[in-house]
Amino acid sequence: MAVVTKGILGRKLGMTQIFDESARAIPVTAIEAGPCRIAEVRTPERDGYSAIQLAFGEIKDTKLTKPELGHLKRNKLDAARHLVELRVADASQFELGQEIKADVFEAGEKADVVGTSKGKGFAGVMKRHGFHGKPASHGTERKHRSPGSIGAGTTPHHVFKGQKMAGRMGHDRVTVLNLEVVRVDAERNLILVKGAIPGPNGGLVIVRSAVRGNA
Amino acid sequence: MTLMAKINLSDVVERELIREVPRFGPGDTVKVNVRVVEGNRERVQTYQGVVIRRRGGGSRETFTVRKISFGVGVERTFPLHSPSIASIEVVTRGDVRRSKLYYLRDRVGKAARIKEKRD
Repeated sequence: MAVVTKGILGRKLGMTQIFDESARAIPVTAIEAGPCRIAEVRTPERDGYSAIQLAFGEIKDTKLTKPELGHLKRNKLDAARHLVELRVADASQFELGQEIKADVFEAGEKADVVGTSKGKGFAGVMKRHGFHGKPASHGTERKHRSPGSIGAGTTPHHVFKGQKMAGRMGHDRVTVLNLEVVRVDAERNLILVKGAIPGPNGGLVIVRSAVRGNA
Repeated sequence: MTLMAKINLSDVVERELIREVPRFGPGDTVKVNVRVVEGNRERVQTYQGVVIRRRGGGSRETFTVRKISFGVGVERTFPLHSPSIASIEVVTRGDVRRSKLYYLRDRVGKAARIKEKRD
């Protein structure tokens, strides 16, 4: 479990590019980050670990279940589309209902971005595992993208567990580590990070402080 | 989506990245003043030629200028909104019928001329 110092929820808006001082184009992903509210603070005394629960996104009250709504209303929060818990090193610096905005991050620091990758559906082994398939010619018949052998015969008499085969690909939780925060605009709830992040435009992402030390 | 209206990337982020540039398009002859850094000195270099394409949108838009330099065709692609471009001047407006003038690459001399636009 990644323990962080801070984090925020957001939506991926898409990629573009900006220019730095020396006129080089930098590829960036825009994230509409926050505003989030803290819906729960977990402390070692009460819960055995420290964490914060972030609420993000607007939604109609009627779309939530009564337990969800009750949980939020108890802490005097509006209905939120997403609730995500983040393990933090020290939960005591956060308080219930506190608003978290994009300016918890500042330009130049490193952040990790967690998202759900785009679903690819049922994918073959070439796309899913990078197999090479079979030759285009030299007698290959209707097997150009097939995996080939999946194991020996009489011994061991079964296919080993974990054998890479075709199947559902994508729609996984993916974390990209140590992305540079290029620009932050708290007024417009924007964070620009350098490089690509997982998921489709409009997808939920978690931006958190880098866990692997600033390399 | 209910209240979370779709936010257009070009509205939120790119608006501020886009600079004011003169109207020009394929076929036009332009003078591009490029900032060149030599060591710690900066000067402006002029590159003049015919615009043979514009592509991309928002802050990512680029354009390509073709010229004949010492008998050799040279094409240079500039990011339209790059800070390294000091200014762009339109010299003449060309009258062309397509948006990408790649056919100019196969032509030399008189055949590579472009009609000037009459308004």
